[in-house]
Amino acid sequence: MPLGYVLWTTAELGRAEAVDFLWRPRIGELLWNTTRLLVAGVVTSVVVGVAGAWVVERTDVPGRGWWHGLLCAPLAVPAFVNGFGWVSTTHAVQSFPGAVMVVTLSYYPLVYLPTVAALRRLDPAVEEVATALGKGPWQVFLRVTLPAISPAVLGGALLVGLHLLAEYGALQLLNYPTLTTAILQQYATVFNGPSATLLALVLVTFCLLLLGLELLLRGRRPRSRVGAGTSRQVTRVRLGRRRPLVLAGLAGLAIWALGVPLGALVRWLVRGTSTGIEGGELVSALGNTLLLAVLAGAVTTAAAVPVVWLAVRHRGWVTTAIERSVYTASAMPGIVIALALVTVSIRVVPDLYQTLALLLVGYLILFLPRAVVSVRGTFELVPPGLEEVARSLGCSGPEVARRVTLPLVVPGLSAGAALVALAVSTELTATLLLAPLGTETLATRFWSDASSIAYGAAAPYALALIVLSVPSTWLLARLSIRSR
Amino acid sequence: MNNRLVRTGLRPLLGVAALTLVAPLLAACGSDEPTLVIYNAQHEPLLKELAPEFTKETGIEVELRNGKDLEMSNQIIAEGKASPADVFLTENSPAMSQVEAAGLFDELPNDILDVIPEQYRPHSGLWTGFVARSTVLVYNTDQVQESQLPASLLDLAKPEWQGRISFSPTGADFQAIVAAVLELEGEEATKAWLEGIKANGKVYDGNNLVLEAVNSGEVEVGIVYHYYWERDRKENGDVSDHSAQHYFTGGDPGAFVSVSGAGVLKSSDMKSEAREFVKFLVDRKGQQILADSYALEYPLNPEVQLEGVTQQFSQLQPPQVNVSDLDAKKVVDLLEEVGFL
Repeated sequence: MPLGYVLWTTAELGRAEAVDFLWRPRIGELLWNTTRLLVAGVVTSVVVGVAGAWVVERTDVPGRGWWHGLLCAPLAVPAFVNGFGWVSTTHAVQSFPGAVMVVTLSYYPLVYLPTVAALRRLDPAVEEVATALGKGPWQVFLRVTLPAISPAVLGGALLVGLHLLAEYGALQLLNYPTLTTAILQQYATVFNGPSATLLALVLVTFCLLLLGLELLLRGRRPRSRVGAGTSRQVTRVRLGRRRPLVLAGLAGLAIWALGVPLGALVRWLVRGTSTGIEGGELVSALGNTLLLAVLAGAVTTAAAVPVVWLAVRHRGWVTTAIERSVYTASAMPGIVIALALVTVSIRVVPDLYQTLALLLVGYLILFLPRAVVSVRGTFELVPPGLEEVARSLGCSGPEVARRVTLPLVVPGLSAGAALVALAVSTELTATLLLAPLGTETLATRFWSDASSIAYGAAAPYALALIVLSVPSTWLLARLSIRSR
Repeated sequence: MNNRLVRTGLRPLLGVAALTLVAPLLAACGSDEPTLVIYNAQHEPLLKELAPEFTKETGIEVELRNGKDLEMSNQIIAEGKASPADVFLTENSPAMSQVEAAGLFDELPNDILDVIPEQYRPHSGLWTGFVARSTVLVYNTDQVQESQLPASLLDLAKPEWQGRISFSPTGADFQAIVAAVLELEGEEATKAWLEGIKANGKVYDGNNLVLEAVNSGEVEVGIVYHYYWERDRKENGDVSDHSAQHYFTGGDPGAFVSVSGAGVLKSSDMKSEAREFVKFLVDRKGQQILADSYALEYPLNPEVQLEGVTQQFSQLQPPQVNVSDLDAKKVVDLLEEVGFL
C-alpha cells in the first residue's frame, strides 16, 4: 500500500514536473550525502562488528562474557540519543566524519550480534584443518572463517544500511542532511506536497537497491552441510603480547560508544538548567509510550500469527509472496509509511485521521517482520503430527488451534510482542506524523526538547528510553550466544 | 485436563486483546465537555502558560496540537471542512495568509480587531496579529567589531561575507524574512540575494542552533529574531555570553518585524468559544501573560509593554510591509529553486 501510494502520487504529478524537481542541485547534494554515509557507515560498522565478534569468540581475551555484554549494550541507546550525547559534548561531530562515527557506534551491534552467533555455530574443525595445513591466523580468518560467516555479516550489513536510510533524529541533530531528513523538512514546510513523496520514491529506490545488492552478494553457493560437527571448544588464538593492545581497543570502543552518550546524559541531568525536570510530563509521556508499545505489540503479534501459519503450514507461491511483501514494506522508512497513511486517511477515511487506530496501523506495517520472525521460530517447532493427532481424536480446526497449537507457541508470541514493543517505544518519525492530538511519547518529548537545544530538559526522557530498552538488549545478547 | 493449560496460556492474550478494543473508546470519551482544539505553531511552552489561564477564566477546556507554521497551514487546507481545528495560531504571518487565501477563516468581530493596531492585522479582518518579533543579526563579539557589521541585511550576500554567516532556511522564521525581502525588493533581487547568502552561509536546522554556533565562534554572524538571544540571556547566558545583537535601521528589510497570527476557522463547531479565546489572547490580561512569560515577544496591544529587553518596541524601525501581502507559496518555490529545500 505505501509503495502504491508513492507511485500513484508521483504519477499524478506529471513527468515534466517530476523531472524538474529531481533535477535540482539540492537533490544532487542529498543523494551524495546519503550515498557516502551509507557506504562509509556500513563499511565501518562491518569492520568494527566483525573485529569485535572475532576477538570475543576466537581469541583468549580475558573477560569474554563481560566484553560481549558491553559490545551489545549500545543497542539499548537509541541512535538519536547517541547523537544528542555527542552533539551536546562537541560540535565537531556535525560533519561527515562525525556522522559516520556516531552512526557506526549506534549500529555496529547489528553486525556484531549475527556474526557472534555465526562464529558460535561454525564447526571449529574447518578452521583447525586450515591451521594444520600451515595457514596463519590471518589467512585462516580471511579464507576460511570469513566466507563461512559471510551470510550473517551480509545480513547485519543490510540491517545497518536500512537503518541508516531511515535514520532521522541522529542525523538531524548532527546537522547532516540526507533524503530522510529532507523529507521531514518538506513535510514541515508543505505538509504532504508532491515533492516529499518524490523524495520518498528516491529513498524507496535506495532501499530496494540495497535489498537486491544483498541478494546478489549472498549468491547461490550452497553453505549447508550434513551434521553440525562435534560441539566442543574452539582452539582460541593466543593474543600473547598483543593482549594489552586488544584490551585497550575493546575498552576504547566501549567508552566511545557508551561513555560519551551516558556521560553527557548524566551531566545534563545534574545541571538540568533548561527548564528543570517536570515529573508530571515525564510520567504522562512514559505512560503513553508504554500504552502504545503494549497495544502495538499485541496487535502486531496477533497479525503475525496468520501470516506465519500460512507460510509454515500451507506453503505455496501465494503465501510466500505474502510473507515476502511483509519484509519489503518494512524496508521502507517510517516516514514514507506515515506519509502514505496521512494522505490516504485524509482522502479516503477522514474519520481515521489522527486516531490511535491509524498510528497502530503504521506500527503494524513497520514492525510486522520482527513479530513474524520470532513467531515463526517457535511455530516451526510444533510438529504437525500433534495437530493431526488432535484432529483424528475429533477436535475441530479452531479447537486444535486453541487447545494444541496456541499453548505451544505462546513463548514465541510474547518474544515477538516484546520486540515490537521496544521498537515502538523508540520510534520517532512515524509517531511524529501520525500520533493523535496531544499524544506525547518519550521519543517525541525528547525530540522537541533536544531539537530546541534544551539539553537539560531532554535528558530525563532519553534516560527513560534507555532504561526501557535494556531488557530487550539483554535478551538479544543472550540469544546470540545460546549454543546450538 | 488440557483446559487448564489453555486457559492460563490464553488469559494474558485475551486481556491484551480486550485492552486493544477498549482503549480507543476510552480515549474518545475523555470528558463530556467539548474541548476547543487549537492548532498551535507558536512556541509550545508559551501556550502552556496561557491556555490554563484561559480555562480558569472561562471554563472552556483547551487541547493543543503542536506543529510548525506551514506544516499546520497545509494540514488545515488538506483537512478542509473536516478539520478538527477551531483556532489556528502561528509564529509568523505567511502561513496565516495561506489559510486566508484558501478561504478557511471566519471573520473576527470588531471588539477583537480594534485592540490591535491596523498595520499588524490584514485589511480583510479574517485574522489578527497578537505578538511580534524583530529580525536581528547576532554576532560573535570576539570575532566581529560592531563597526564591521553590514548596514543592510542584503549586504550579507556580498562576497566579503563568504563563510561567515549562518541561518535556518527550513524554519518559518527565516521564511517570513524572505517573504518580506520578496515583498520589498521583488523576485529577481530576492533570488539573487538567496543565491548570495547560500554561497556565503552555513545552514542549521533551527534558530537555537544558529545562536549556539555564533556564540561558540563556529560562525561569525547569524540571522535570527531578537528573542532567541534575549531569552538565553535571561535564563543562563549559556549560548549568548560571547555574542550580541545588531538591529538594522531605517526600514531596511533586515529590520522587518514579523507578526504571529491568530484566527478562527470556518469549519469550527465552537466558533463563539474560539472567538473568546482569540479575544483573551489580544486583551490586556492575555497580553500581559504573554509579556511576562519566557517568550519575550513584543505584545501588540499598545496597553501592554515588554520589559527587560535591549530594544523597546517603539525604538524599532521596521519597513512598511502589509501582513496580508507576504506570499508563503512563492517563498517556498524560491527556496526550492535556490536549493535550500
